Amino acid sequence: MGKTLAEKVWNDHIVRQSAGEPDLLYIDLHLIHEVTSPQAFDGLRLSGRAVRRPELTLATEDHNVPTIDIDKPIADPVSRLQVETLRKNCAEFGIRIHSLGDVEQGIVHVVGPQLGITQPGMTIVCGDSHTSTHGAFGALAFGIGTSEVEHVLATQTLPLNRPKMMAINVEGTLKPGVTSKDIILAVIAKISTGGGQGYILEYRGRAIRQLSMEARMTICNMSIEAGARAGLIAPDEITFEYIKKRPHAPKGAEWEAALAYWKTLHSDSDAKFDKEITLNADELSPFVTWGTNPGQGVPLNTSVPIPSEFADEQERVAAQNALAYMDLKAGTPMKAIKIDTVFLGSCTNGRIEDLRSAAEIIKGKRIAGDTRMLVVPGSARVRLQAEAEGLDRVFLDAGAEWRSSGCSMCLGMNPDQLKPGERAASTSNRNFEGRQGKGGRTHLVSPLVAAATAIKGTLASPADL
Amino acid sequence: MEKFISHSGTGVPLRRSNVDTDQIIPAVYLKRVTRTGFEDGLFAAWRSDPEFVLKQPQFKNGTILVAGVDFGTGSSREHAVWALQNYGFKVVISSRFADIFRGNSLKGGLLTVILPQNEVEALWNAIEKDPNTQIDVNLQSRKVSYGGRAIDFELDDYTRWRLMEGLDDISLTLRKIEEVENFEKGRAAFKPKTLPILN
Repeated sequence: MGKTLAEKVWNDHIVRQSAGEPDLLYIDLHLIHEVTSPQAFDGLRLSGRAVRRPELTLATEDHNVPTIDIDKPIADPVSRLQVETLRKNCAEFGIRIHSLGDVEQGIVHVVGPQLGITQPGMTIVCGDSHTSTHGAFGALAFGIGTSEVEHVLATQTLPLNRPKMMAINVEGTLKPGVTSKDIILAVIAKISTGGGQGYILEYRGRAIRQLSMEARMTICNMSIEAGARAGLIAPDEITFEYIKKRPHAPKGAEWEAALAYWKTLHSDSDAKFDKEITLNADELSPFVTWGTNPGQGVPLNTSVPIPSEFADEQERVAAQNALAYMDLKAGTPMKAIKIDTVFLGSCTNGRIEDLRSAAEIIKGKRIAGDTRMLVVPGSARVRLQAEAEGLDRVFLDAGAEWRSSGCSMCLGMNPDQLKPGERAASTSNRNFEGRQGKGGRTHLVSPLVAAATAIKGTLASPADL
Repeated sequence: MEKFISHSGTGVPLRRSNVDTDQIIPAVYLKRVTRTGFEDGLFAAWRSDPEFVLKQPQFKNGTILVAGVDFGTGSSREHAVWALQNYGFKVVISSRFADIFRGNSLKGGLLTVILPQNEVEALWNAIEKDPNTQIDVNLQSRKVSYGGRAIDFELDDYTRWRLMEGLDDISLTLRKIEEVENFEKGRAAFKPKTLPILN
């Protein structure tokens, strides 16, 4: 019987397989950052262990770094200690690190692909749940906890139970103004935040094949929001073209060998998926969330749902709680919702194409009077590229703030936070209570909706301008 | 890691579904570089509400958290497990856990027990009726028992053995390190390396 893409990658990395035990998988790339690694390095020191393969490990500072005044010492002493701890650990264990101010610094899931270190058929892990982003290249990539970070540092392997396989077929063609963010928000609304639990998702179909690598990364990034640790897309010419000129792409004969292998990385026609769902891209329109988990979303041109209409009691209670927290009335048109802050950035939508598409909408316009817009490039390279194209001027002239790269307001760990009661339209990935700042309220949107919302001051799509 | 064979204690009913890791511990509490001291961040936003279950004196000494479906969704922060443990929880019961949270909990010795939703509801009712209800969670027999009831739960044999022996995965893997060395000999030359730095 044929194999799925994920099964092929899994099988190629089995170090040890024995009945009654998890499979021991080899890890090709381990990405680390300042928040989930210090305790793992402490563990190594306590046991007198080394990092097994420093040359398969890469560190960057992203979660807890400021996005202004990055040439000055980090103001918060606790944050500074965390970042300095990463630098010390990398120096001690011989690990490559891209620190604040370095041209390769940025959000770990933007940096890997940008360097060409993310390639098809790899196993990639990081102490961050959005590691699923790298699945866009046909890699098996997933988030891990700190105990697992220590395990990978010490052994370059992880013991894992084989998940089930789910195919997500997105047929048809996206209409103009509809993006890959809208696809993934619609997928999560359809299968719920628990629907992907225990599965690896494979996104397939005509609409997926037509997407750029950056758009594919946005989809795979939010697999975790559907409950799946990993989501992937079979590599194709678009993938190979994206990798080819990157610094760490294979060269010469190695490129040919890699390409030959990568071309085998697709689900066989007779591969069996444990579950399969289908969406028609033609039917999709811009999608936004109204609640406090990413599954609580609706098309932008509809209204806040009415909790009493939910058949399932738990969903009904969750919807009531969400509306209370979000301070929304059932039945309110989504487009009537006033927004205080627009956040454009994150590992979901902080890449150059995201910035370009938002800038195109904003160009020559002014941001609504009492709306604030924060633009945070996903990496220092993205920032430089955007500045070379004059996008920074477009945002600044419209009245937006142009920042240095990092996770920023996506998780509100650094000073970029919502104030209590503030409402954001955010291109990030989580609308959890307080995620972007205590008491803050989040609506997840695409970069196009973010840009249009910044101009209108209420949730809007470019067509509404 | 400490061995886990069984635990007896009282329960805390958390009647909420989709309790994500940002609720369990918000990002601003993740700045410590140790594994301890995270108890202050546990459910930080909700704890400012005097009605919140952890603020109610009758549940103050509970060590078994009984939560709604999809507990631990969201980020991979193991700090969520540490915050629960630092606060004093030994067991979390829910009808469904997020994959990464569950993996982290079972690595770190916080037992996550999956029971059907109707059993979770029954347990909530029992605890709310009598907060002193003794709940026994036994990994040997894979049973949750209280008030004369005993409910079976599933946990794979390997994880159960590891928890009962108090073994950590790293030392288990290091026993088989020749197998890792053998695997490395067969890795394709085109696989990328992070060092040396290429421009």
